[in-house]
Amino acid sequence: MHLVLVGTSYQRAPVELRELLAYEPELRRASLERLRAAGAEAAILSTCNRTEVYLAAPDPDDAEERVYAELGALSGLAESELAPALYTVADQAAALHLFRVAAGLDSMVPGEAQILGQVREAYGATREAKAVGPILHRLFRQALRVGKRVRTETAIGENPASVSSAAAELAERVFDELAGRRILLLGAGKTADLTAANLISRGVGEIVVANRSRERAEALARRFGGRAVGLDLVEAELVEADVVVASTSSQGYVLSAQQVERAMRRRRGRPVFFIDIAVPRDVDPAVNEIEGCYLYDIDDLERVVAESVAGRREEAVRAEAIASVEADDFRAWQLSLEVVPAIASLRERAEAIRRAELERAENRLGSLSPSQRRAVESLTAQIVNKLLHQPTVRMKEAAAAAEGVLYADALRHLFDLGDDADPAGKPRQ
Amino acid sequence: VGELAFALFWPALAGYAEAAVAYVGDTMRPGRLVRSAIWGVRVGWLAQTALLVVQAADADGFPWGSWAGSLNLFVWMCVGAYLIWGCRAPFRLLGLAVMPLASLLLVLAWAAGGVGEARRSEFGDVFLALHVGLVLAAFAGFTVAAGLAALYLWQERRLKRRTPRVLRLRAPSLESLDSLAGRTIAFALPALILGIGIGFVRLESDGGGFDATMAVTLLTLVVYAAFLVLRYEVGWRGRRTAYLALAGFALVVLVRLALTPFGHF
Repeated sequence: MHLVLVGTSYQRAPVELRELLAYEPELRRASLERLRAAGAEAAILSTCNRTEVYLAAPDPDDAEERVYAELGALSGLAESELAPALYTVADQAAALHLFRVAAGLDSMVPGEAQILGQVREAYGATREAKAVGPILHRLFRQALRVGKRVRTETAIGENPASVSSAAAELAERVFDELAGRRILLLGAGKTADLTAANLISRGVGEIVVANRSRERAEALARRFGGRAVGLDLVEAELVEADVVVASTSSQGYVLSAQQVERAMRRRRGRPVFFIDIAVPRDVDPAVNEIEGCYLYDIDDLERVVAESVAGRREEAVRAEAIASVEADDFRAWQLSLEVVPAIASLRERAEAIRRAELERAENRLGSLSPSQRRAVESLTAQIVNKLLHQPTVRMKEAAAAAEGVLYADALRHLFDLGDDADPAGKPRQ
Repeated sequence: VGELAFALFWPALAGYAEAAVAYVGDTMRPGRLVRSAIWGVRVGWLAQTALLVVQAADADGFPWGSWAGSLNLFVWMCVGAYLIWGCRAPFRLLGLAVMPLASLLLVLAWAAGGVGEARRSEFGDVFLALHVGLVLAAFAGFTVAAGLAALYLWQERRLKRRTPRVLRLRAPSLESLDSLAGRTIAFALPALILGIGIGFVRLESDGGGFDATMAVTLLTLVVYAAFLVLRYEVGWRGRRTAYLALAGFALVVLVRLALTPFGHF
């Protein structure tokens, strides 16, 4: 049984192609059922950045062809058009790929958390479609574990990867928590909107929007359940605000150092965090020199984000090591499946011989008491177990060293065990 | 008993020193050594607790009446105060200030003979237990508050300078550092007032002169009282109160290290 992955991601395909290859839930279910009916275990991971089909099937070439056919039907593209954007990997490399994906190592922003939920969702969908078997079950369970391990044991997901989340995290370095804080938005543009949304997701209390256009201020305030004021009232609002997000299109400073100083005198030492994402800047840089004021402009924030992403990349090295060890572990398990049926047949043969010999000796054992009979049963079973213990261990070791098939063949030949059923069809581990 | 005490001293010191080194390492590679640092603090503190129990069981009275003995007790209180909340994720960095200091002071206590067999004190047991215990508890609180203040100033500087790496280290918010330092001092100051009061009662009954240690201890009390008034009544916050907490701690250091060896406990 082989594990085969055929898929594409943002690294190989532009968004126009990824759109064509994105699965709707119903289409995915139908595709999974078709692949399962063809005798393969199947799972489909479909996100905005990737579409990947995982199959566990006896013939890897046949499995690849089936996936091409499915993706061709989904996208309406010919194989020749699809082929340059698709990658195919098998067995250990396919397992490693999924583990890296679950760990966020294959994401645009290393360590992003959303992908783990998407892997979980893909696993749920394949179980629902009853397309999962022992190999994909083990693969996806292990991938989810790798995703969790990487996030627990490394700091890959700890630092912000966008300007708006960096601004929110910086604000949290000043204030204990953002819940209940008052935010003053200067300007009602798209960037102010994004930053405000991030701050709101962290539980900020009240939002006040100040803008030259009263209508736009009111529209944004309504969206966030806040209130709108004119730009002339900014200084008065500053006395109560904890975080100021400035993003107007004004050509000069909207907030001068003198205005902030006057407001700070009335704040009794309470700090204010200024996020100035406007270009040209809205807040006088001298504000950062005032005690209790912390000012970050767009360049500062972008430097913080760049450093955070660099930190994530450093942590990615450790995460790669975790994924690699887990992939080795998966490979050892997958290889052990090759010898499990041979071991099982050997044990069945030995047990059959033991039972047959006991039956043949029935006449001679007839005079034994029940406890003596139990002792003979136990003794013969122990002899069989002890004889088979070492060969079983050696077979498993050989399987891990990729020589399992040779040993299994030798075992079948020596003991005349005959051919086995599909190993993955009889999960024994 | 002396041998047992020494046998417990080394694991205590090893735990604290390991924690100090691990905290330094954690600032360079965040998240990797912090677990071993926390275990170092815990193991060290447990070993030192056992050491103090052995000393107390063997002593013929209050065992930490000497300067070196009181230093031993002081270190235990400082680390204990840190353990209350210092092991929580955002406050771990405080260990960077507390654990090297704890290691250094424990070595000093050992060098001056404060970790072996306890000596009999010239003062009454109850008086010593209350006076020394309360003053040392207050000093331990001031030490932790100074660590918080130092961490505040460091973090504030990083935020003001807009260091790109500012988010790479997990540190508590400025607001919680400021508020915790204030609360720690608010708890420690009454202990100091009570300890000094008991000292004056003994001075009144047994006689004795007013010395430099007493004068600086009183000055310490005044500085921390001013801290609380300015922090909670006048509305001082942040950098100014952090400097005040550090100024008070400088007086604590003066009393503990420069003056006390020549005066009381």
